[in-house]
Parts: sequence; structure tokens; C-alpha cells
Amino acid sequence: MTSPATTSTSRWARGVVLPVAAVLAVMVFALNSSGYVVTVIGFAAIYAIFVTGLNFFMGYTGQASFGQNAFAALGGYGSAILSGNYYWDPLLALVVSMAFAGVVAAIVGYPTLKLRGHYLAMATFALGLITYEISIEWTGLTSGYMGISGIPPLGVGRYELGTEKQMLVALTAFLLLGVWISTRLRDSRFGRALRAIAGSEPAAQALGINVARYKLMAFVVAALYASCAGSLFAHFVGFISPEVFGGAMVIQSFTMLFLGGIGTTWGPVIGALMVLMLPEFLRGLKELQDVVYSCVLVMILIFAPKGLAGLVALIPTRRAPAAPRPAEAK
Amino acid sequence: MGKSDMALLSVQNVTMRFGGLVANDRVSFDVPEGALFAVIGPNGAGKTTLFNIISGFFPPSEGQVVFAGDTITGLPQHAVASRGLIRTYQLVQLFKDLTVRENVAVGCHRVTRGGIPAALFTPGWARKQEAEVERRSRELLDFVGLGAQADMAADKLPYGQQRLLEVARALAADPKLLLLDEPAAGLNTQETAALADVIQRVNARGVTVLLVEHDMSLVMKVAQRIAVIDFGKKIAEGTPAEIKAHPDVIAAYLGGTETADA
Repeated sequence: MTSPATTSTSRWARGVVLPVAAVLAVMVFALNSSGYVVTVIGFAAIYAIFVTGLNFFMGYTGQASFGQNAFAALGGYGSAILSGNYYWDPLLALVVSMAFAGVVAAIVGYPTLKLRGHYLAMATFALGLITYEISIEWTGLTSGYMGISGIPPLGVGRYELGTEKQMLVALTAFLLLGVWISTRLRDSRFGRALRAIAGSEPAAQALGINVARYKLMAFVVAALYASCAGSLFAHFVGFISPEVFGGAMVIQSFTMLFLGGIGTTWGPVIGALMVLMLPEFLRGLKELQDVVYSCVLVMILIFAPKGLAGLVALIPTRRAPAAPRPAEAK
Repeated sequence: MGKSDMALLSVQNVTMRFGGLVANDRVSFDVPEGALFAVIGPNGAGKTTLFNIISGFFPPSEGQVVFAGDTITGLPQHAVASRGLIRTYQLVQLFKDLTVRENVAVGCHRVTRGGIPAALFTPGWARKQEAEVERRSRELLDFVGLGAQADMAADKLPYGQQRLLEVARALAADPKLLLLDEPAAGLNTQETAALADVIQRVNARGVTVLLVEHDMSLVMKVAQRIAVIDFGKKIAEGTPAEIKAHPDVIAAYLGGTETADA
């Protein structure tokens, strides 16, 4: 949203400069750490992309989907098969897989999104289960439980990102691009329509917003992100199996979304980092690790119900003296 | 009927049956361009059903709704809205997580354009449009007297102001016809007076208003013409003075027994 010049500076600082600096700092930290930390932060970046997409559908638009892992699987297997078996350029495989996932999302979403609330949740959950079963049973294509290994790393033409650290730089670039798109779309006519649907579908309808169409668009955007994350996972790890895109992924991503701050642009990134890094910090506690981890999660949800990104919003912004806001004085 | 070229909205023989219940029975009236028209009736008279039919919430069993010369009967609600027939709800339906100003900005949806590409690449026209949305939102908030609350969360407003916000949001859609569903419901006397003032000023801006209302004080104060519905049938239509003196209306409201067929 275009804002008067007086307030845009602080909003810019808080909404863009600060988080981007934080992400780059984490990346630099990872690049100077051991291989294991690089792997964990790489996973965090991939999950952050996935959850940023989920946030379009669940956060901005206020709909429930328990089946986004289906689109991550499409991306992952698409990339694995196209670049592994058919020697496609990995970036091309990624883009083609995304397009395919988007088309599938549009076809599947059209009837499914007529459902609401719990029914929508169940239907999308089934979507995830179906994809999971297919990835197990269609062994000719997916090798079933065995999974697909030897997937080449990301690269363009003859240039290959051989090391994990190089990959991490690429993942960070993808992530920042993903969050940039999310921010842009959120603060636009398109994003306002989505957030209106989350607030009240009848009111959105009454203002001329085609609710069904906007829901479908949010679903497709979420699927594109999920597919991209799936592809990146395949290239980052070099191996995928049905379990990678199983039910655990859904639970993991929900935790990240709610912990980081649903409906916020940076919440998914914070949530992904938090959920994947916290166990590493708690490793020293040995058998108490899971207990403390769960306690921390519950505490955050109690004391920061809008997620960790919501806490950042509590930092007072510098208000321009020329524009007093009496409404906020209380 | 054939008067649709004269009237902005023409309700023609609308009948609505829910199973055996006839909620609306051959209701007809015309709302001329620029009018401030009210539909009143006792509780359960079928006002809200009629309202929902006009706004496209559900189609009637029989009859037609003609808006700006086109039959809109059975069109989905967003399609009706995009033609410029904008409704509000009896129970305020705000976008709670948005600020007051953003709520009004959503209202601009109908009169703006642009999807994902415009949002990503913000070409010149899109930036200009966003600036215009901002300006227009603030102007409309000032118009209903909520200018100072623009950056508040919408659900922090007191109920009476939420109503005004809903009106501002509907105005942002640049309605040809504004449909207000019992806007005074749940408001105290002062809030109702403030609302009456806003409704009259909305009409003075050139917006045709159709008010469906239970609160007689509001209707008698603002409406230029009134249709009265009782048990699903239109029993009278006229100016406020005519309606006040109409025997059937008095009977309907005071529970008289000797109703003559109109």
C-alpha cells in the first residue's frame, strides 16, 4: 500500500530492511559453521518457502489446507525424475514442475474449494494422502518406498552448485524472492481481496469480490510455492522418498506457521527457523529435550498468540510529529 | 411493468417460498434513480428475504429483479455487486484483521483493477491507483466521521461506528444503489441520529438508497418514499405522511384485526 512519506520510512525499516538483514545474518552465520548447521538452515529456508506459500491460503485468505504436501511431492518428484532420469536442466525441471503443480492445483481446487471449514480441511487432507499413496504405489515412476537418489544439485547450464554452502546461498535467494512476492501481493488490491475473504466472505461478495476465484488463485499460488520447495529439497538433499512429503511435513509446517505468525509476511521465515533450530539448541538437555521443546512452543503460543512476528509489531514505530493519530493514543 | 427504463431498481412480482411458507408474495415496487426509498414491515414480514433476493444472495421462486435496465434475477452476489448494487449486512460484517482504512480500501475493489502481475511489478498506473485508493478511503472516512480512526483495527471501533464504517466501505465501491439492511439495528438513539444524517448525506451525493428497516423513527425521518410489507405482501406504498395515516399500516403495526385487502 502506498503510504505517506512520513511513515513509509519506519515501515520500510521494520518490514523489509530488518528482516532481510536478519536472514542474511543467519546465512552468513551458517556459511561460517560446520556442514551440519548448513544442512539445518538449508532445510529451514526450504520450509520457509513452503510455509510462505501455505500462508497465502491459510493466513491471508483464512482457509484451511492440510494437503499442501501433495504439491511439494509433485515438485520434488518432478524435479527428481526430470533432472535425474531425463537429464533436464535442474532450473528448468523446477519451473516445469511448478507449472504442473499449479495446473493440478487449479483442477483439483476448483471443485474442492466449494467446501468450507472442516470439510475443506478433510478434502485437502485426503489430497495429501492420495499423493502419498501414489508416490508409494507407482513404483515404475517413483521407486516406491525406496525413493529416488542421485538427484543432481541445482545449477544453470554447465555451472553446478556443488557444495552445500553454495546451495544455501541459492536457497536464500529463492527465499528472499518468495518473501518479496508475498509482501508485494499482500499489500495490493489482490492481497486485500484475499484478506477480505478471511475477514468475511459475505461482505467480500457484497463488494463485488469473486470469492471462489480468489480462493482458487490463493490455492494455486500456495501450490506453486510448495512445488518450488519440493524441488529445492530434492536438489539440496539429492534424495527423496514418500516419507519426505508425508504427514509429518503438514504438522511441521503448521507449527511453523502458527509459531512464526499466521498472516504476516515474515512469520513463516521466523517460524521455520525457530522450529528447526530450537531442537539443536536444546540438544544438550538430552532426554529432556522434547519436553523443553514442547514447553517453549506452548509458551510462545500462549504469550504471543499472533506468533513471533506479532511481537516484532509491538516494537513502537517512530511516528512523524506532523501526523498525530489520536485513535492510537489510548 | 415496463417502467424499468424509468426506475433504477424494479422489483417485479417477486415471490419466495420456503417449503410451505410464503415469505414474499408477489411483491412489486420501483425505486427511481436518486431516491431514498424504504421498505418497512413488522418482524417476520419478509423484509430480509426480499433484501436477500434483490442483492442476489438467493434467487426468488418467481418474479424478476431489474437493475439499471438489466434483469439480475439469479445472478451470483458478486456479479450483482459488480454492477453497482452494493449491500450492507444487518449484522456488521467487517474485515476484523484489517485497519479501518484498509476496510474501506477493500471497498474500492469494484472500481479498481489489477491482479498478481500488477501487484508484483507495480507499473505506473497501479501506483497511481493505490494512491487514489488511499485518498478516496480517507475522504470517505472523513465523510462518515471516522477520519481520526483510520489506522485503528476495525474491530476496536464501538458498534455504532462499525456501522458507519460499513457504509463508508460500501460507498467506496461507488454504488449506483446502496442497499442498507436494518442499519439501525442495535444502535442507541444518538447513534441512530448520526446514521440518519450520514444516510441523508449519502443520498445527497447522488447515491440511490434502498433502506430495509424496522426502526420507524429512522425511516420516517429520512425516507422519501416507503413500501410496507406485512405477511410477505406489500400492503401500502407512499410518502411518509401517507404511510403514517394508512389504516392497513396502522393495523399491521398495532395488531388490528380489520385488515382490508389492498
